Amino acid sequence: MIEFRALMKSFGARDVLRGVDLCVRPGRVTAVVGSNGAGKTTLIKCLLGLVRPDGGEIRVDGVRVGDDPAYRAAIGYASQTSRFPEHLTAREVTKILLGLRGESAVIDWELFERLAIAPHLDTRVRALSGGTRQKLAVALAFLFAPRVVVLDEPSAGLDPAANAVLKDKILSERSEGKTVLVTSHVMSELDELADDIVFLRAGRVGYAGSVQKLRVFTGQPHLERAIASMMNKEVVCA
Amino acid sequence: MRVAAKIAAFQLLDVLRSRWLFGYAIFFLLATELLLRFGGDPTRALVSLTSIVLFTVPLAAIVFATIYVHRAREFVELLLAQPVGRDAMFAGTYAAMAVLLSAGIVLGIGMPFALRGGAGVGGDAVLLVGAGVALTLVFAGTGVALALRTDDRLRAFGIALGVWACAALAYDAVLLVAATALAGAPLERPLLVATLANPIDLARVVMLMHLDISALMGYTGASFTRLFSATAGTAIAAVSLAAWAAGPALLGARLFRRKDF
Amino acid sequence: MRALPVVTRAVLFAMCAGAPQPALGQASHTLVVAPGTALATLGEAVARASAGDRIVVRAGTYREPLVTIDKPLIIEGVGDAILDGESAHAILTVAADDVTIRHLHFRDVGVSYTSDLAAVRVLAVRNCRIEDNRIERAFFGIYLAKSVGCRVIHNDIRGAARDETSSGNGIHLWAARDALIADNHVSGQRDGIYFEFVTHTIVRGNTSEHNLRYGLHFMYSDDCQYLGNTFRYNHAGVAVMYTHRVLMAGNRFVSNWGDAAYGLLLKEIDDSRVEDNEFAHNTVGLSADGANRLVASHNTFRSNGWAVRLLSSTDDARFERNNFFDNTFDVGMRGGETTTRFAGNYWDDYRGYDLDRNGVGDAPFHPVRLFSLIVAQNPPTLVLLRSSFVMLLDGVERAVPSLTPSSVVDDTPALTPIR
Repeated sequence: MIEFRALMKSFGARDVLRGVDLCVRPGRVTAVVGSNGAGKTTLIKCLLGLVRPDGGEIRVDGVRVGDDPAYRAAIGYASQTSRFPEHLTAREVTKILLGLRGESAVIDWELFERLAIAPHLDTRVRALSGGTRQKLAVALAFLFAPRVVVLDEPSAGLDPAANAVLKDKILSERSEGKTVLVTSHVMSELDELADDIVFLRAGRVGYAGSVQKLRVFTGQPHLERAIASMMNKEVVCA
Repeated sequence: MRVAAKIAAFQLLDVLRSRWLFGYAIFFLLATELLLRFGGDPTRALVSLTSIVLFTVPLAAIVFATIYVHRAREFVELLLAQPVGRDAMFAGTYAAMAVLLSAGIVLGIGMPFALRGGAGVGGDAVLLVGAGVALTLVFAGTGVALALRTDDRLRAFGIALGVWACAALAYDAVLLVAATALAGAPLERPLLVATLANPIDLARVVMLMHLDISALMGYTGASFTRLFSATAGTAIAAVSLAAWAAGPALLGARLFRRKDF
Repeated sequence: MRALPVVTRAVLFAMCAGAPQPALGQASHTLVVAPGTALATLGEAVARASAGDRIVVRAGTYREPLVTIDKPLIIEGVGDAILDGESAHAILTVAADDVTIRHLHFRDVGVSYTSDLAAVRVLAVRNCRIEDNRIERAFFGIYLAKSVGCRVIHNDIRGAARDETSSGNGIHLWAARDALIADNHVSGQRDGIYFEFVTHTIVRGNTSEHNLRYGLHFMYSDDCQYLGNTFRYNHAGVAVMYTHRVLMAGNRFVSNWGDAAYGLLLKEIDDSRVEDNEFAHNTVGLSADGANRLVASHNTFRSNGWAVRLLSSTDDARFERNNFFDNTFDVGMRGGETTTRFAGNYWDDYRGYDLDRNGVGDAPFHPVRLFSLIVAQNPPTLVLLRSSFVMLLDGVERAVPSLTPSSVVDDTPALTPIR
């Protein structure tokens, strides 16, 4: 369970998060959607401790996110834009993360095979294509069998085959009881994946709840329209 | 500490493979070797080398640090999303950078002197290498702090060049103009204090006291000699330089701790 | 060295003139002074001796009042014959011609603020010889006044001077002429060697070091020669003044550091020659203040703060075929243009070329740097020495000279050091 309470963040004069209350339920795929600048990435970075909120709090399994980085051992993350040290190989990059995660971390090499990164493992990053780098970034999020996987716009820059592998992977993670948090500004992508949906608009939660309920409630089979008709509803954690 | 060491280790590997560090070391190696071979006696070579170090080291350190921080940004973000503390991340990155830049100077200048058994000026050569390392720390730290404050890469690069130009050239120009304007006033002490306030000048004066002592003993006699020529003077200078080195690094650590990625 | 014949003649002259010669037809006796014997003091021996006698002073410590030698005598120590001034009084006064004093060990001459107490004071005599003595902790060491043809050779004078007022000079000559001061060592005095109104005297092969003020200091002392001496670690170096026709050759002026310390300060020294000397590690190597018609040639200036400092009071001096190595500033100036000429010197900062391969650089060398002018006007700015900005400034000035005096120029700089 990940809880956000009254989360606030502004960059200078720009209020990006203006009091976000949200509950991400375990064992489900939660999609965070919204237009560019709605605060999706900032919300995720707050969860990962990359951005420090101005107000409010975040709890992961009841533990408040603060200066102790230990909680992040349970989270795997792929950011929107990825760059790795140019003169290291993909394998070395992987080993670095492994080293930082501790000896108990387990590497899911099978995912490397399926994403077709395996042949490039000993190539230096600077010689890898942009697509391969993005695949590596996504793979690294799943790599150490985390309980929570956070993906920020993962499909951007992925070829269709890799996208299909990613979707399968997300679904298989869910079947293992993992929590997946994924952002996208292309909602149609998430139709077949998301269990719950969070709609952010101008730094606030416009809607949060299960996709199924949303469809039933609104009578709209199409996710985008369903959200549109639910926009101002307040939803809190169960 | 172990986490910081791991972080430092991979960055060392990355930079070593990029080979630019060898270029940096070879630059000093060539300069030292040529000066020792063709530049007259070793003291004279050291004097010339001091000028080179005072000019290039701050520039290289601040520019490298600024660029390095920006280039590493996304990967740092990924690493900070792992169970890694910010202080460890900063310490590792800063240490790697300091070690790399310092190694270029230590090897580049140190080797030609070491191969000659110190060339009769071993102590002064060590002092120069020490001054170079101190300036590296000061300006690498400044570059890091600057890059952390300024997200725009080009702007950060421009500010870095500006800071360097101020410390290396403009500061002394202002001192000289001010001293000329105030000629006749008791300037010895104010100038000395002003010198301590700029790490490049501080390093320069420490080297001068060892290399150009004849000249300096002349005019600036009393207060100067009292301050610098004794062992205590070198110790004061070393402490000042250490403080100078620590300042930007601590500021950088503080900025890094609060930084939003 | 072109000066050699002159020097040799002068030395020979001095040696002949200085030899004491007992009067013919008079038998000379030897008196032996030794502690615990009938003749236990030097004073008594001198009283008993006749002109031309020899007094041998055996090893021992002699504490007696000032002894005045009033007849020609040879006084000679055997073993460690110590004449002790008991830190209270002077020891010997020579008041007769043809006196020789050798192998004696003087110590602890009293300090006085009213009279110049000395280990050996020579007053208005001719042809004395003071040789091979040791003088320790003396107020003045050897003091020659109004004397002619004396020789002071191979004495070792070690003072324990602490401040200028309570210390005297090592070898002090006043109103003397035709003296030879050779191969002495002087240290720890106020001035090592001091001349006032001394003429036609040769100072050769001495070492004067670690003195409180000057290693060598003279004024109003025309026609003297200073050859092959070493002056080093003296608090203010060497300063010579108000004198004509001086020759200084083959000397070493080394390691004289400090505020107002000079390897050699020439003040109002006219028609003199400074040749074949070495100036090394001095704050200022050679300072020329009113050194008119000075000829400085074949000197080597090495690792000085200022190799040469030229004041505009100097007219028509010439610096020819000198070597300049590793000096912070080659030529310092105070005042604008000068009538002093530089020619054929080797400057290690010279970056010219020699297309016609005649060993002489084709482009002239300007030895005065802009920054040295700035420092001369505003000494505290020296703290900016070798800063990148100052080097930039000097570089620009060198490329486009506008502020440095155009008259200070070597049009024929040598491309290789001069031997």
